Order: sequence, then structure tokens, then C-alpha cells
Amino acid sequence: MEAFIVSMIIAATPLLLAATGEVVAERSGVLNLGLEGMMLLGAVAAFAVALSTGSTTLGFVAGAGAGMVAAALFALVALGFTANQAASGLALAIFGTGVSGLIGQGYVGSAIDPLAPVLAAESLPDNPALRVVLGQDAMVYFALLLAVGVWFYLTRTRSGLKLRAIGDDAESAHAVGLKVLGSRTAAVLFGGACAGLAGAYLSLAYTPLWGENMTAGRGWIALALVVFAGWGTIRVIFGAYLFAAASLSQFYGGALGLSIPSQFLAMTPYLATILALVVISAAGARRNAPAMLGLPFRPTR
Amino acid sequence: MLERRVAPSPFLAILSPVIAVALTILAGFALFAALGKDPVQAMEVYFLSPFADAYNRSELLVKAIPLALIGSGLAICFRAGVFNIGAPGQYTLGAIFAGGVALHAPEGAAMIWLLPACLVAGIVGGMLWGWIPAILRNLAGANVILVSLMLTYVAALLLDWLVRGPWADPLGRGFPKTATFPDGALMPNLVEGTRLHWGLILAVIAALVLAWMLFATRRGFGIRAMGLAPKAATFGGFSEAKTVTYVLLVSGGLAGLAGAVEATATIQQLQPDIAAGYGFAAIIVAFLGRLNPIGALIAALALAVTYIGGENAQILLKLPKNAAFVFQGMLLFFLLACDTLIHYRVRVRRRTGAA
Repeated sequence: MEAFIVSMIIAATPLLLAATGEVVAERSGVLNLGLEGMMLLGAVAAFAVALSTGSTTLGFVAGAGAGMVAAALFALVALGFTANQAASGLALAIFGTGVSGLIGQGYVGSAIDPLAPVLAAESLPDNPALRVVLGQDAMVYFALLLAVGVWFYLTRTRSGLKLRAIGDDAESAHAVGLKVLGSRTAAVLFGGACAGLAGAYLSLAYTPLWGENMTAGRGWIALALVVFAGWGTIRVIFGAYLFAAASLSQFYGGALGLSIPSQFLAMTPYLATILALVVISAAGARRNAPAMLGLPFRPTR
Repeated sequence: MLERRVAPSPFLAILSPVIAVALTILAGFALFAALGKDPVQAMEVYFLSPFADAYNRSELLVKAIPLALIGSGLAICFRAGVFNIGAPGQYTLGAIFAGGVALHAPEGAAMIWLLPACLVAGIVGGMLWGWIPAILRNLAGANVILVSLMLTYVAALLLDWLVRGPWADPLGRGFPKTATFPDGALMPNLVEGTRLHWGLILAVIAALVLAWMLFATRRGFGIRAMGLAPKAATFGGFSEAKTVTYVLLVSGGLAGLAGAVEATATIQQLQPDIAAGYGFAAIIVAFLGRLNPIGALIAALALAVTYIGGENAQILLKLPKNAAFVFQGMLLFFLLACDTLIHYRVRVRRRTGAA
């Protein structure tokens, strides 16, 4: 049981990081479908830097930076050139897959020391529950704090209120003098940094290896998670842990003696995502969606 | 400063893809130089080697066939504003259905019907996989983009299970593949000495029929209206739910046909990596072809260059297979940016004190 919860926490962290960033971008009215590409670029940049400097911290910084650079590219096309956001995000997903493969070619097969827990195992208490709560690496706690921080920002600060106003009605926000494109760009860059960190977590802590396409659809699952959570960051936390638990059932299904082919167990995260989308959408969660999500804005006056 | 044009420029709508291709080549040059690879050699392999000899040129057409089939279907889908990005899954289901018919055909049955039966089965498989996101959207409001994409992963795992489990070749020595299809299920070649097959004719016919449907029928008008002004289309009596179902069935069916064609023509069996990324590349084909089924035929050739170039680069330059995605992603980025110029003009405006 302890092992299951620990693996769930580790599997949930990249989903939580990526989805938290996407919530901010989507709340500003921008749909960035390129999470998969930004995560892969973050993963390869983090791995390359961590391998050459020996510092996982610098690796995470590089991962976040790579995610931001990729997000800037998306912002230029989707916001600067007012292109179709869904298509621009798709371009970013394809581009990121290609570039990360090209950069990472020399790193396939290299290994690094995984990110260590904050507290060493021998200094932890004997109580199993406390061991799980205290025994994780720094990014697990950071991801949770970030999600809570984003919740506070979006719901309890003036700046967060303005950002949501821009996502709901850009014309009116522009008319009262809010900087629509500037705020949206900042939100997209924040989303990119989060996705980069999520990718970095995969290559520095989760595996810790670099492999082509190592995100395996997690960027798309994080996008579904945002819908599932109804664009709320606290619900994103629960969603990420729930999704992680569902996706782990493929490894534990075999252990329980179920004679189901592994491929069907591997389908669980994707089928769970579809099920979650259907249930949540039927329950009317889309009403929470930012009103201008995915619509371009170009000031006319 | 961008300023909206009174009417979109038809001239730039044609020119934009050309500019985008040119910019992609320039940016590719810069990117390879930045990564410390010889850019001249890389560009030669990626963009010139696919035209080098008759064999490469015929392979270009072979790769363009599935891209054109999927891309022209997606053109219809995107016209209606329905973002089906699950074409890889619909393609895979098409291949599975076609393979199922080919592998389970009774011995001695009239062989002449086997190939058509495979192709029809492929269309049915693709339509089925495209129908699911349509049903879930219309009943529950589930997001088409995400559902269709998740089904792609499910389809890939289903194929993986089939070729390793129930449909595995008993003589395959554990390799994940099925037996080779019987002769009657194989697509005949069009040109001796090449792999060019009759799928080319199917792709051209499909594009012509779709173009006729889109531009000369009432249903096509409804699809175009739904994409441009959904509310107006609904007031005009076109059902949104029916349009979504229709375009997903059409694009799913064509992606399924592409899968069936690939399975019966070039691969001639089922194996796990049958999709080869055609589904995503076909999205670019649809946009590059101006969301016009005929345009998709031409755009498919352009994308096929990145495939042949990518394969040659894998062999000659030892570059990873995914490197072809670099060009595909850049092409879509540049195309989207250039397309802005269809609707906007660039105006240099001097700021005056009063402004």
C-alpha cells in the first residue's frame, strides 16, 4: 500500500505541474494544446544540463526555461499573428517532439542520479503515513505549493481577477484599459515554464533517463485534467492524484492476479480520461470554461 | 501593426503555403547549423534526395497516398470547425479491420472480392472510431479534440495486442506481426518495378468527390457555414450535431481507408508501428492544402518530401526518425503565421503625440 501511494504521488507530480500551468493559460483565454511538445523540450533540456553540470537544480531551471522558449514561439504565432490556437498548439506539439528527439539523440542510454528525497530515509519517523508524507522529493511539495499559490492568485488577488476577466471577455477588458495581449503572453509563458518543469521531473526524477517521446501522452492527459477539474486548481490537485492512481492500476492489475493482457491494462489512463471527460461534461462542468477560450483577440481601437 | 483587410486576399491564400515552405527550409538550415550538424548536407538529404531518382520519386507518391486520403477528409472536418486530431487512431482501426478480413477470409473464396472487402472493412473501422467522439460530444458535450486523441492511444494498444496475441503469425518466431495477407487481399501495383499502387487512383477519386460534396452540394454548404458562422448555420436549419457526426464519419472513414490501403499495399501484414505518424502529418496536409480536398492532394506531396527526406537522413546522416517532425512542426507554424496576412495587412504606423 505504501509503495502504491508513493508511486501515485510521483506519477501525479508531472501531471499536476503541467495542468496547473495550463489552467493559468486557459483562464486568460488561451488554449495551448502544445503541452506534449513543451514537456518533451523541458525533459531533454533538463536532462542535458543535469548531465553536464551534475546539478539537478540547474536541470530543473533549464527545463522551465526550455518550456518558456517553446511557449514564446506559440505565443508569437497564436497571439502575435492571431492564428488558430488549436492548430498552433498542435504545431508546437509536433515541433517539440522533433526538436527534442534531435537534441536528445546523444543522451539516449545515459543515466543520472535521480532527484533525492528532501529528508534522508534514516531520519524519517517509523509511522508509515508520516514516512509517505515527509519522504518525498522537493518537486512533489513544490508542485502542490504551486497549485495552491495559483489558486490563491486566481481567486484572491486583483491581478488574478483581471486575468480571468481577460479570459472571459477580452473586448471589455481591453475597453477598461487592461493589457490583453501582454497578460495572455505572460500566462502562456507561465504555462510553458510549468510544462517544462513537468518534463524535467520525468527525465530527472521519474525515470531518470532521456528517451524519445518519453512523455507518452501525459501532456494530452494534463489537458484533459484541466477540463476534468473545471479550470479550478484545487480540483486539479485531486484530479492529478486520481488520474495517477488510475494509470497505476495497469501495474498493480497484474500483481492482483488478473489475467488481462498488459495492453488492455495500459489503456486504462486513456479510457479513464475519456470517461472523466464524458462524466464531467455531462455534469455541465464546461459552464466553468473561460468564455473566450481559444478565441483570438486583436485590439481594433 | 496589423490591420484587418476589408476582404480576405485570395492571392495571399495561394501564396502563403509557398512562403511557408521557403521559410521552413531557411529555418531548418539555421536550426541544423545551430545544433552543429552540417546544414548544407542536411538540407540536401531532406529536400533534394527525395527527387534524386525514379525510385525516390515513386516512393514520394507512395507516401503521399495515405497523407492525401487522410488530409482531404480532415479538410472537410476542419472546415466545419471540428478538430479531429484522432486520425492516427482511425487509420489504425482501418488497418485492423482490413487485416481482420484479409487474415480470416475463407480459403478458396472468390478472391476478386477480397481486396474490395478489405477496403470497405477499413472504411467501416475508421468510421466507427470517428463516430465515438461524435457520439460523446453530441450526448455529453465531451471535447472532440481530447476524446479523439485518447482513442489513438487505445487503437495503438489494441493493434499491439492483436499482433502479439490472437493474430500473431504462428511462423513469426515471436516477432510482433501477423502472417502476410493472401494474394487476393493485396493491392495491385500501378507501375512495374516500383511500389506505386492503385491507392493513388483512390486518393484522387476521394479528393474529387469530397471537393464536389463541399462546394456543390447543400450539405457542403452547411459544413462551410458551420465553420464560418455556427449560429447562422443553425438558424439556417443545419443541425450542428448532425454536421459534427457527418464530418467525423467522413474523415474517420477516409483515415480508415488510408490504413486499409497501407496495410494491403505497402506493408501487406499487420505490425505495431503501422501508423508512421501519418495522422499528425495529415493535419498539416489539410491546412497546407487550404482546407480544400484538391489542395490536400498537392500538400500531401510536400509532406511526403519530409518523410522520404527523413528516412534518407536516418540512413545517411544517422539522425533520429523524429527529426522529420521538426520540419513538419515548423511548416505548420510558418503557415499559420503567413495565413494571418490573408486577413490582415501590415501597416507601419508612426505614432503621433496625440495618439
